[in-house]
Amino acid sequence: MARYLLRRVGYMILTLFIIATVSFFLMKMLPGSPLKADDKLTEEQKALILEKYGLNDPVPVQYVKYIGGLVKGDLGISFVFDNTPVTQLLMDRIGPSALIGFQAIVLGTFIGILLGLLAAIFHNGFLDYTSTIIAVLGTSIPSFVFAGLLQYSLAVELELFPVALWGTFAHTVLPTLALAIGPMATAARFVRTEMVEVLNSQFILTARAKGVSKAGIVWKHGFRNALIPLITVIGPMAIGLMTGSLVIEKIFAIPGIGEQFVTSVTTTDYPTIMGTTLLYAFGFVVIILVIDLLYGLIDPRIRVSGGNK
Amino acid sequence: MDQNNLNNISKDLFKPLKRTEDTSELISRPSRTFMQDATRTLLKNKPAMISLFLLIVIILMSIFGPYMNTYSFKEQDLSKAKLPPYIPGLEWAGFDGTLTEEFKGKTVDEAKDKAIRRFTDNEEQQKYLDIKVLKEGDGTKNSAEIEVSYQIYKAKGIEEVYWLGTDQLGRDQWTRLWLGTRVSLIIAFVAALIDLVIGVTYGGISGYYGGRLDNIMQRIVEVLVSIPTLVVVLLMMLFMQPGITSIVIALCMTGWVSMSRIVRGEVLKVKNQEFVLAARTLGTSNGTIIRKHLLPNISGIIIVNTMFTIPGAVFFEAFLSFIGLGIVPPNASLGALINTGFDNIRIYPFLLVFPATLLSIIMIAFNILGDGLRDAFDPKMHK
Repeated sequence: MARYLLRRVGYMILTLFIIATVSFFLMKMLPGSPLKADDKLTEEQKALILEKYGLNDPVPVQYVKYIGGLVKGDLGISFVFDNTPVTQLLMDRIGPSALIGFQAIVLGTFIGILLGLLAAIFHNGFLDYTSTIIAVLGTSIPSFVFAGLLQYSLAVELELFPVALWGTFAHTVLPTLALAIGPMATAARFVRTEMVEVLNSQFILTARAKGVSKAGIVWKHGFRNALIPLITVIGPMAIGLMTGSLVIEKIFAIPGIGEQFVTSVTTTDYPTIMGTTLLYAFGFVVIILVIDLLYGLIDPRIRVSGGNK
Repeated sequence: MDQNNLNNISKDLFKPLKRTEDTSELISRPSRTFMQDATRTLLKNKPAMISLFLLIVIILMSIFGPYMNTYSFKEQDLSKAKLPPYIPGLEWAGFDGTLTEEFKGKTVDEAKDKAIRRFTDNEEQQKYLDIKVLKEGDGTKNSAEIEVSYQIYKAKGIEEVYWLGTDQLGRDQWTRLWLGTRVSLIIAFVAALIDLVIGVTYGGISGYYGGRLDNIMQRIVEVLVSIPTLVVVLLMMLFMQPGITSIVIALCMTGWVSMSRIVRGEVLKVKNQEFVLAARTLGTSNGTIIRKHLLPNISGIIIVNTMFTIPGAVFFEAFLSFIGLGIVPPNASLGALINTGFDNIRIYPFLLVFPATLLSIIMIAFNILGDGLRDAFDPKMHK
């Protein structure tokens, strides 16, 4: 196990290093600098500004400095927001993104599990078809289309919730709903398939023969067994949420990481773009690692096959 | 006692057996190949067939739709900006060429003032405002409600007919919608095709040859897999000039990896079976074995996987164009159109409704068709 963990963490660091390197050199090849809008500056002033951002060193030196800073958690200084370190900028924005992501995944999986359970219990019944249709719609329709639908119907027409911006709990409702559709559909599909399989297995027949009540069968024997494999889809779910958050935060003007990224792209704020990219990459690899480890803990067979190929 | 003696059975009771052809091994019904079986299952799957039909219609429309009227996708005319959808003969379905909105105020007059300020300050054009009083006001804030519909085509004296209205620069939305669909579909198909070619080649070679080559190839894949697609695509899009080609390249950078893993797994399963051994014994070359024996056996899973790549690519293109990294104006794509729609969601929702609906239909249809294909190609599902 320790060897497996070490190997995985090694891959993780390698991945992050590759992403940091590639993004650094890509950004260096792009036009644009902090001087962009200030053409009237004297040469001395320009030199001072470049000095501040560390841009007057040769590129290899900049690269070594950047990677060195990265290890200490220093992502450089933003081109656009004067004198604000990128780390600081992103730290301030993690809150809203994390809150909405957390609410969405909790709400989504909860409703999804419920839908999946109902579908499996009433297999091939009306509820089954309804929840299957909801699941297909949820996996197919992009979250930004849902966001538009919710924004127009609940905010513009019925005026139940604020159209956009950030502040109270009411502001989080629509973005959470729009983001929760994806995890909901995934969970519903998954729980249904697993439950149908579990409910048709031999030990359920035994339990039924021994006279266990229907609720007891579903809850004690079925649900618990169906839930374990759900961990495998939490990874893709979380990745979907990160992708979704980029657009959802833009639509609802939420001051989060995703919105920051989109703004940085339009203002060519390279240090912030790189910082955000690395933060996303870090989130991805950590989630995948945690999921793999959790799964290995629960199902020993996975651990063995994952450890030696 | 005598009767029951087996030795005393008379010989007449025995009849010689006529020798006939042994029928137990004969196949009574025509044999169907795996592909025929799969096709039958697919044809019986109603949702999948409806999806296929819808997709064919959408593909045809994306080819011919832009030529069904005379407007070009980039011809701008600000005097005809943001016109509502108008299809003569379909007025009852909402395509009546009017802008309808509700206004509130202390009194009906205040609400009317708001409506006039909103739509037009031209005395002549105000004749085309239809005002319906929903609630007489009692003087308190927003107590009066009126519904105003504005026949903008007649008011501005516009002779042309825009089926789906015009966007903020006066460009025909119908033409742009189908051109956008075309761009989205081209990106999706090309990306899926490239993923297919690279993924199958890489996975096939890695799985078939095995050994050290497989080991090296799989280490590369392991690193690639751990780099999130989103990050790769975003970085590539920042670096390259936005456009169809760059989106396809960005999507294919890591897109082929999952296909190669699936193909490798399947090849590993098949390659040690007897028929491959037989082919090898007969001296068939490795290339021929891969092409003639392995690929046909794993074609089902390849088709299914490709089918799910396409909606993924459609989504990513829409996503990129939506956050401003994809297709740039004046070119259109579904994502770019939806992005414009969001800017006008409050007042001109029709700009969002059509592209968003079309994108959703495409995504749903591809997913249902993919599900249908998976059921068809999964032998466990055959009954």
